[in-house]
Amino acid sequence: MRETLREPTVVAAGYFESYSVVGLLAVVGVLFVAVAFGAGRLLRPVVPTPEKLLTYECGVDPVGEGWAHTQVRYYVYAFLYVIFAVDSIFLFPWATVFAAPGYGAATLVEMFIFLGFLTVGLLYAYKKGVLAWT
Amino acid sequence: MNDALDVALRLLIVFVVFLTFPLIVGQTEHKVMAHMQGRLGPMYAGGFHGWAQLIADGVKFAQKEDVVPAGADRRIFQLAPAVALLPYLLVLLAIPIGPGEGAVGQVLDAGVFFVLAVMGVGVLGSLMAGWASANKFSLLGGLRTAAQLLSYELPMLLAAASVAMAAGTVSLPGIVDAFEWWWLPWQITGALVFFIAGLAELQRPPFDMPVADSEIIFGAYTEYTGLRFALFLLAEYAGIVVLCGLTTVLFLGGWHGPWGADGLGWVWTLLKTAILAFVVIWLRVTYPRLREDQLQKFSWTLLVPLSLAQIALTGIVKVVIS
Repeated sequence: MRETLREPTVVAAGYFESYSVVGLLAVVGVLFVAVAFGAGRLLRPVVPTPEKLLTYECGVDPVGEGWAHTQVRYYVYAFLYVIFAVDSIFLFPWATVFAAPGYGAATLVEMFIFLGFLTVGLLYAYKKGVLAWT
Repeated sequence: MNDALDVALRLLIVFVVFLTFPLIVGQTEHKVMAHMQGRLGPMYAGGFHGWAQLIADGVKFAQKEDVVPAGADRRIFQLAPAVALLPYLLVLLAIPIGPGEGAVGQVLDAGVFFVLAVMGVGVLGSLMAGWASANKFSLLGGLRTAAQLLSYELPMLLAAASVAMAAGTVSLPGIVDAFEWWWLPWQITGALVFFIAGLAELQRPPFDMPVADSEIIFGAYTEYTGLRFALFLLAEYAGIVVLCGLTTVLFLGGWHGPWGADGLGWVWTLLKTAILAFVVIWLRVTYPRLREDQLQKFSWTLLVPLSLAQIALTGIVKVVIS
């Protein structure tokens, strides 16, 4: 923690340099997909018929719209996930320093408080019946 | 100029690995699955034990008509395969196969973080496909994909955090550098959780509820044909390569082995990755599909608590020994 605060500019410079290669690879990937789709356009036949363009519904004519109302049964999981994931993100910066000299015991206690919060949250959800199917 | 050449060479190697390794895994799956089920699998294409089956498949896919349903959201529908596939290409760049800067596409300081974040994007492709198809089966599949990502991303993240704690760094080469053999029993719970959660994110059997073919046709990919369908399949197998590579690097010590650590380290990495890929295939043949609710329950009531326990264990051991 202390080291990174001392020379912030140097750290940031190296950081972005290594990500430029990631950017280049992303360009390569996009080119690959573009070439594949372009070549595919030249290779394949195009014979659209109304039946072919019909939405697939087991061979019968589609009933209603595809974007039908759906009961999203998993939305509580989505809440749980957001809460947990946001918490977990903070684990990573903490993980790199927690055993550094001078931190040891204090950070360990912190960790158990953190885990305690998560566990209580999970137990609460469990008790409320969120994790069981109805 | 030399630098540019170096970067170009690295990108080329990563790209070639990205195009070949998934095919090798796919062909292995054909043959291994067949033999486990008392069949021969592909025998004709290419002459020798059907080695060219996937090339033949590729040629076939490229010639097929590309049908976009009239009711679909055209642009999103056409873009979805690319969104599903490209994240795995980017992740491959960060996975080290040997010691030193020479054996990794690019050393990223925030390796674990980068890798997990980018892998999450791949699922977006399935979601886009599921929504844009304007098909009820696709929509169901897309929603199941989303629910599955929500449940399994968390244990995966926590398990990876445990390794980052053990190594004291989030850089992938840094983690393998710090690896000792006794990490294996120490991190075994985390390793299992990571691997299983990864399988679920790839929607591989037994976690293939979102694409359950006997139930919702092929989930989000129901309406896809030809090349775009092939790209979705390629994404799945690229995902297997990435998951096995990551599990190797994070939990199995990457290039460390009983002998030959200098010079032959990359052989260890590839060997471990290959064995894990075999396990992925094996699991597909062995286990029946989990029902949607079983799938959710498995993650929240088993994997998440286990990964939390692993973090506690890692924390205590690390503080005691340092």
